[in-house]
Amino acid sequence: MTAALVFLAAIMATIIWWLARQTINVRPWEASTIASTGDPGSEVGNRPRVAGSLGFPTLKVGLGLFLCVATSLFGLLMSAYFMRSMLPDWNRLSVPDLMWLNTALLLASCVVVHRTDTAMKKGARREVKLGLLVGAILTLLFLAGQLFAWNQLNTAGNTVEANAANAFFYLFTAAHGVHLLGGLWVWARATAGAWFNLERVRLGMRIELCKVYWDYLFIIWLVLFFTLLSG
Amino acid sequence: MMSYVAHDETELIPPLEVEEEELYHPKTFIGKYIWCQDAKVIAIQYTITAMGVGLLALVLSGIMRLQLGFPNSFSFITPGAYLQFVTMHGMIMVVYLLTAIFLGGFGNYLIPLMVGARDMVFPYANMLSYWIYLAAVLLLVASLFVPGGSTGAGWTLYPPQAIVEGTPGAGLGIILMLLSLMLFIIGFTMGGLNYVVTVLQARTRGMTLMRLPLTIWGILMATILALLAFPALFVSAVMMLLDATLGTSFFMPAISVAGEMLDYQGGSPVLFQHLFWFFGHPEVYIVALPAFGIVSDLIAVNARKNIFGYRMMVWAILIIGGLSFVVWAHHMYVSGMNPYFGFFFATTTLIIAIPTALKVYNWVLTLWRGNIRFTVPMLFAIGFLVTFVNGGLTGLFLGNVPVDVPLSDTMFVVAHFHMVMAVAPIMVVFGGLYHWYPKVTGRMLDPTLGKIHFWVTFIGSYSIYFPMHYLGILGVPRRYYSIENISFIPESAHTLNVQITIAALIVGVVQLVFVYNLIRSYFKGEPAGPNPWEATTLEWQTADTPPRHGNFGPELPIVYRWAYDYSVPGAVLDYIPQNQPPDSLPARETDDNPQAPPS
Repeated sequence: MTAALVFLAAIMATIIWWLARQTINVRPWEASTIASTGDPGSEVGNRPRVAGSLGFPTLKVGLGLFLCVATSLFGLLMSAYFMRSMLPDWNRLSVPDLMWLNTALLLASCVVVHRTDTAMKKGARREVKLGLLVGAILTLLFLAGQLFAWNQLNTAGNTVEANAANAFFYLFTAAHGVHLLGGLWVWARATAGAWFNLERVRLGMRIELCKVYWDYLFIIWLVLFFTLLSG
Repeated sequence: MMSYVAHDETELIPPLEVEEEELYHPKTFIGKYIWCQDAKVIAIQYTITAMGVGLLALVLSGIMRLQLGFPNSFSFITPGAYLQFVTMHGMIMVVYLLTAIFLGGFGNYLIPLMVGARDMVFPYANMLSYWIYLAAVLLLVASLFVPGGSTGAGWTLYPPQAIVEGTPGAGLGIILMLLSLMLFIIGFTMGGLNYVVTVLQARTRGMTLMRLPLTIWGILMATILALLAFPALFVSAVMMLLDATLGTSFFMPAISVAGEMLDYQGGSPVLFQHLFWFFGHPEVYIVALPAFGIVSDLIAVNARKNIFGYRMMVWAILIIGGLSFVVWAHHMYVSGMNPYFGFFFATTTLIIAIPTALKVYNWVLTLWRGNIRFTVPMLFAIGFLVTFVNGGLTGLFLGNVPVDVPLSDTMFVVAHFHMVMAVAPIMVVFGGLYHWYPKVTGRMLDPTLGKIHFWVTFIGSYSIYFPMHYLGILGVPRRYYSIENISFIPESAHTLNVQITIAALIVGVVQLVFVYNLIRSYFKGEPAGPNPWEATTLEWQTADTPPRHGNFGPELPIVYRWAYDYSVPGAVLDYIPQNQPPDSLPARETDDNPQAPPS
């Protein structure tokens, strides 16, 4: 459980550090008037403003929190993998070479989404459309490649029930693939937005979320892949 | 007028705008009450569903008690059925009732209202969260009716027992249970993201973190725990599902059943236990922390005093949450673990008693010399306090390895965890329901029926669980269908079992009084008015009761103070709402009036 514990310790340390900054030298029992902007009821654009926020867009905070949940999931899968791999019936699985190509495809999709994000910031809509299309194709190719790898292993007799190492291979790749499929849903919405001229700020946000998510899933994939290789 | 001092620096960051058009406005009956994105409606949906399935679990516990009190008197309670009832009762109560009602019910209703938001930040995901939860509940209940029935592996679902033939529900029953849990976790994640992000991002102006009511702190921390801990249950459920359906050997060891070797290899049942309890122990605090928060507010409101040691209370919630991740293996002392690990986990387990005891002291000190109103919510709050202390003290027994080993798998354990994480939190659930029902419906619950409900539940619970500790010390095992003809169990244990069963049935029946009160008061209860308890928090300051969609009318409230300005010296009223500006207060003429604006 070490991997999971290290992750959780990091999360809890972050929360405690952040909360300490909020609570030290604060006297919650003291009432205050709000005068920094002149009038306590000041509004912007005739709408009340919300003061209590982290200063990041809500969607990004939501994604960040979701990534914590996903990291907990992958961390626990890894912990289970390491604990199970210490038992005597463990037979190391030879990972198909195809996985290297798949890794390259996922890396390429990450590069493309970064370029798309840059294009979005420059307002180059044509490049954005192209980038979204190419990125989606690369991601789908990665997923197809994973399925081919499954097929190769299965054909070679490395079925899911044959050994726990095989089972973890299928489990890791499936868990990662499902997360990627979920990301493709947001990607598809961004692509539709680019084609149907969604307003710039909202389209930019969707692309930025995809960028963060793809980066995250690429890093997770690297960790899973090298764990499987070294297993 | 003094200048505004930010209580957290993020408050000075240019804020986000909540635009009216972002709110979902239902136009049809179905949109308003069925596929609804309003957190308040979702809260009611969660609460009704959780209470419905909770009543089913209550009936199952009654049936179990009938068998234990009057063995072999009821032909439909077979040994297999008994184990199935035990399992379903436990799982429903812990996950599908308590977790769902605290976070899905109270969380959804109270977070937007108490932080001064119009709704949750992702209302569509919030709506999906409920419907997925409902699907999980239906799947679980459906498992009662499939061939072989629901799983009888105990709520911990330990392999290999849960999967191998011979255990009730080892076929479809366990598969449906695992699928249901996975659905529950997916649904909860959608809701949980909403709860945390809404607290972080959608607080109204002036609502700094250190002005949040403790109810919100409890729910916030419990949700963070759940978001990080439920993946452990999800992972173990997926892996066990694969063991059961595809023949993998994550948890299943090489094993023979009835002399025949199964196809499994050297999987590790202890690995499952680690994963399960990595979720299972934080789960205790996922239930307890919202209860801690809610009871803090109930006590402050009804003692007419500010909560003692607010900052300590916040930090205690946080520290308890953090520590809850490093105590899981105290559930596994008898699994054959390294004694050094046992020592480590016993130490962390006992350390967690420090922040917990701190909270108890603060509740008692809040009550001390308070102008206490013995309302029904307050009775339940005090009932919680006493019960939690009792249950916590027996936790000290079980946290120590040498004491735990002989008491393991006895009725002592059952009595302990029922006191600390069943009766105590359910007291808070009831207290909370009595407290916020007037805001939800606009009507008061009948206080006489409420007091009957409280006293019978409280005395009845003690009649059940106090003697159960004694049974445990005698060595009476848990999960046994029958303890007849066991030489070391004296006749008095059987007599006690009869008494416990009678008490349990009475407590079960009195819950119908509560249900009757809920229904009757909805139509005929006294009109509540906007703030019947004279409370300070924002949910009691809404223009309408029940609050309309959007919660606060055209403008969001502005918060000037914390949630615990009760009996402030010099103030005319004994409570000052959070949105009351200091310079607008009618003040008594006194020499040292802290409410007067400083010069």
